[in-house]
Amino acid sequence: MSESNGSVRIGVYVCHCGFNIASVIDVEAAARSALALPGVVVAREYKYMCSEPGQTLIEQDIREHKLNRIVVAACSPLLHEETFRGAAERAGINRFYVQMVNVREHGAWVHEDREAATIKAIDLIRAAVHRVRFHKSLTPKRVPINPQVMVVGAGIAGIHAAITIANSGKKVFLVEREPTIGGNMARYDKTFPTLDCAACILTPKMNAVRSHPNITLWTYSEVAEVEGYVGNYKVKVRRKPRYIKEDLCVGCLHCVDACVFKDPKFPDTFNMGMDKRKPIYLPFAQATPKVVVIDPEACIQLKTGKCKQACAAACERGGVSFDMTETIEEIEVGSIIVATGFQPFDAAKAPEYGYGIYPNVYTSMEIERLVNASGPTGGEVVMRDGTRPKSIGVIYCVGSRDERHNRWCSRVCCMTALKLSHLLKEHTQAEIYNFYIDMRAAGKGYEEFYQRILNERVHFIRGKVAEVCDWALDKSEEGKLVMRVEDTLTGFVRRVPVDMVVLAVGLEPRSDAQEVRRIMNMSCSTEGFFLEKHPKLAPAPTYTDGVFIAGCCQGPKDIPDTVMQAGYAAAEAMALADIGHFEIEPNTAEVIAEDCSGCKSCVGLCPYHAITFNEVKHKAEINPVLCKGCGVCVSSCPSGSIRQDLFEDEEIYGEIEGLLATLPAAPQPVATA
Amino acid sequence: MANGEPSTATGYLYYPGCSLKGTGIAYEESLLTLFRLLELPVTELTDWNCCGATTYMSSDERDAQLLAARNLSLARQAGGADVLAPCNACYLTLRKCVDFCKKYKSVADDVHSYLEDAHLPTLQDVAIRHPLEVLYTDVGVERLRAGVVRKWPGGPVACYYGCQAVRPYTEVDRESNPMRMDEILNAVGVPTVPYALKTKCCGASHTGTIRDVGVRLSYILLREAARQQAKAVAVICPLCQFNLDLYQAEMRRSDPSLPELPIIYLTQILGWALGGDPKDLGVQRCVSGANTVRQWFTSEKGAPVHV
Repeated sequence: MSESNGSVRIGVYVCHCGFNIASVIDVEAAARSALALPGVVVAREYKYMCSEPGQTLIEQDIREHKLNRIVVAACSPLLHEETFRGAAERAGINRFYVQMVNVREHGAWVHEDREAATIKAIDLIRAAVHRVRFHKSLTPKRVPINPQVMVVGAGIAGIHAAITIANSGKKVFLVEREPTIGGNMARYDKTFPTLDCAACILTPKMNAVRSHPNITLWTYSEVAEVEGYVGNYKVKVRRKPRYIKEDLCVGCLHCVDACVFKDPKFPDTFNMGMDKRKPIYLPFAQATPKVVVIDPEACIQLKTGKCKQACAAACERGGVSFDMTETIEEIEVGSIIVATGFQPFDAAKAPEYGYGIYPNVYTSMEIERLVNASGPTGGEVVMRDGTRPKSIGVIYCVGSRDERHNRWCSRVCCMTALKLSHLLKEHTQAEIYNFYIDMRAAGKGYEEFYQRILNERVHFIRGKVAEVCDWALDKSEEGKLVMRVEDTLTGFVRRVPVDMVVLAVGLEPRSDAQEVRRIMNMSCSTEGFFLEKHPKLAPAPTYTDGVFIAGCCQGPKDIPDTVMQAGYAAAEAMALADIGHFEIEPNTAEVIAEDCSGCKSCVGLCPYHAITFNEVKHKAEINPVLCKGCGVCVSSCPSGSIRQDLFEDEEIYGEIEGLLATLPAAPQPVATA
Repeated sequence: MANGEPSTATGYLYYPGCSLKGTGIAYEESLLTLFRLLELPVTELTDWNCCGATTYMSSDERDAQLLAARNLSLARQAGGADVLAPCNACYLTLRKCVDFCKKYKSVADDVHSYLEDAHLPTLQDVAIRHPLEVLYTDVGVERLRAGVVRKWPGGPVACYYGCQAVRPYTEVDRESNPMRMDEILNAVGVPTVPYALKTKCCGASHTGTIRDVGVRLSYILLREAARQQAKAVAVICPLCQFNLDLYQAEMRRSDPSLPELPIIYLTQILGWALGGDPKDLGVQRCVSGANTVRQWFTSEKGAPVHV
């Protein structure tokens, strides 16, 4: 290596990071010790290396002292490697001549012993100095970006992301599992805190999806397979047979009227099972597309083949097709937005609240339908036993903030419960008792909404309800559901008899989230929601380049936050599409073909499936776009015929030598400071 | 042996506790008969002592733990088979001792130094099992269903689990609305009623100390069972059985409308359904509704059924 001689001129920069580093590590001693190292021309410490003056300092030194290698001892390279590479480039040297030393996350933040932490920092700087001399001038690889985007899930998050991208002139494939788009929001009656009707604000967006020239909408469809990499994903979408020709159906519903089942008999899933539907049905009035669907589990023709097929006869356009089968669509997209939403907590898992035991115990999702004008009762609040409630108890945090179930706060249930209290009061004039643990009304206009409900003659009792049961202590409780609760504000146990109980159920990851995670090659956080790249600064990108997440699949959130995140995910996807290419860190592995013996031992080891075997040449080949630079193949190759930029043998050995080298000045840095 | 795993190789080490040799003798009789019918080997623990429950636990927790620990240590000495503790109070106290020793080093050290002084082995991996949990997990609902030879001649039953069976440290059933006893009884052809009070307190030893309070708690349980149209109450704890059975006459003096409800052990019903001799099941020891019980358990009119 020609530059391992005197021509290497290294500058070392130690950052204080305010007090973050300087309070634990003797930065002056660290910089001073670097000056004694071979090749080091300049060594400095500065309060904020990442600041404009800090960067200018490096740039000036490069020019004045003819530096050609830079070592920055500061924070994690995840944060500021780009910053310092940029400074190097501006001063005229290759950006990959920079090496960072993480003395913050790996040093100051995890140590208390100042002396030992300083020695460790000095060791790490010495290792970097020995390494950086071997760095080569490299050029990042570029891959082209296909501007088309796939959005998975057509709830409010997916709808908003799809429309945003489509409005920018790019093609979007919107894939939805259910027969209609709309997601959970389509079930809601009104939205907090403004009480505007959910359908009124959602359906225009649903229509926009349907009519947008840039959106290809595939409902009743699921993503089966995703292959490829950022900018170049190949996706297989499974389109389930709905037994209706989508292009022929106009939603006249003559087929539904004609069905041999004269009365609806099967649970209506859109109405949370509180109503019945026929085997052939339209999910709800504003369903988009307005195309009916046949439930193969209920349809006599599909189950037995022995039906007179009255529905098919009733369709003038010949739209019913019982021999329809599943089809696979193959598309190519540059990026993917996953917006697969949440599922409500299963209230039967908390048997103390009597859901599934007492018919008049409801979930908040069921109440959304019960107060809705298009719900199972046409908006009349009538209970399963046919009576109208005169008193209603609402339990907050059901399944949330509970060690036995989900530990997290689901964020929206307090506001949902307040909204439902208001709507139930409006519909029934019943006495309403809210049982809450803490009232969480953080959001624009939310606290004001809470204050408004407080003034609507609704009761608030602070305490976690212990149980709901139908056991009557005296005559006043006969025939009622009795809620037992410790009122933590007054300090005694109450028994509150009510007619109806509403459980404000929390939000949790969908039961098949792990399967989606696997298909999309994403990660999940411990609770099972999809993991974002950074909890604050990158809450829509994931660790897989070109795959973004939006809405409740990333964590519980309300509609405004969902829309904001969906817009952000769309902006990220559009930025990728507009720039047209993606730069890949040149740390990928490559096979030196003449040395490869064709043993194939690397092929199975690659966790990213980036290595293929060329049977004609009898050599292994690495796709640099799929390679993540993990180095497994490099270290395992028996003939040493795989090399990796930024992780060359000499660079790694240099680093080790530097780490293990002891210099006269090194052992007592603090004593001399 | 880990909890929940079948332990047929060594059978069960039966820890009777004070009740099953006294007021709860019918529980012992029916339990041993039932386990014989199911071909589950049971050996009584030699030289067992008081489990340390209730009174001991509330006056001197340390002594109570040591009493429990001695029994468990004896069980280990006897080969370490699963300990079968049919009384809910014994079951809870023994498990609490194991739990405390696992969680708190100071308790474990204390217990072990005591055992050392007594030349007894330290506590290790002793599983404490309740008959309901053994029947549900080791035997299984299906095997019980398959073994039925008699048709239940009585009415619907309220399953009363008692307050201790589903407390922390236990593994009998889930803490809210437990259903395992209901499932087992339904499987052998005994209908059960919804019973919201199935884990509420029966008054326990209050019936002997603050009688008004204790008897009132038992009365509430029976009143609700009657309201749910139950014709009997099935129990799995000797103290529950005692309170609900023997104070009924007194309750009826203040509420004559309270019907006579037989209080029957789960093991008595199962033993009978699986073909046991009523005399071996101690059914003649029931006090409330004694005539009804006699009728049910001696009527061979229902038997045998074809399964």
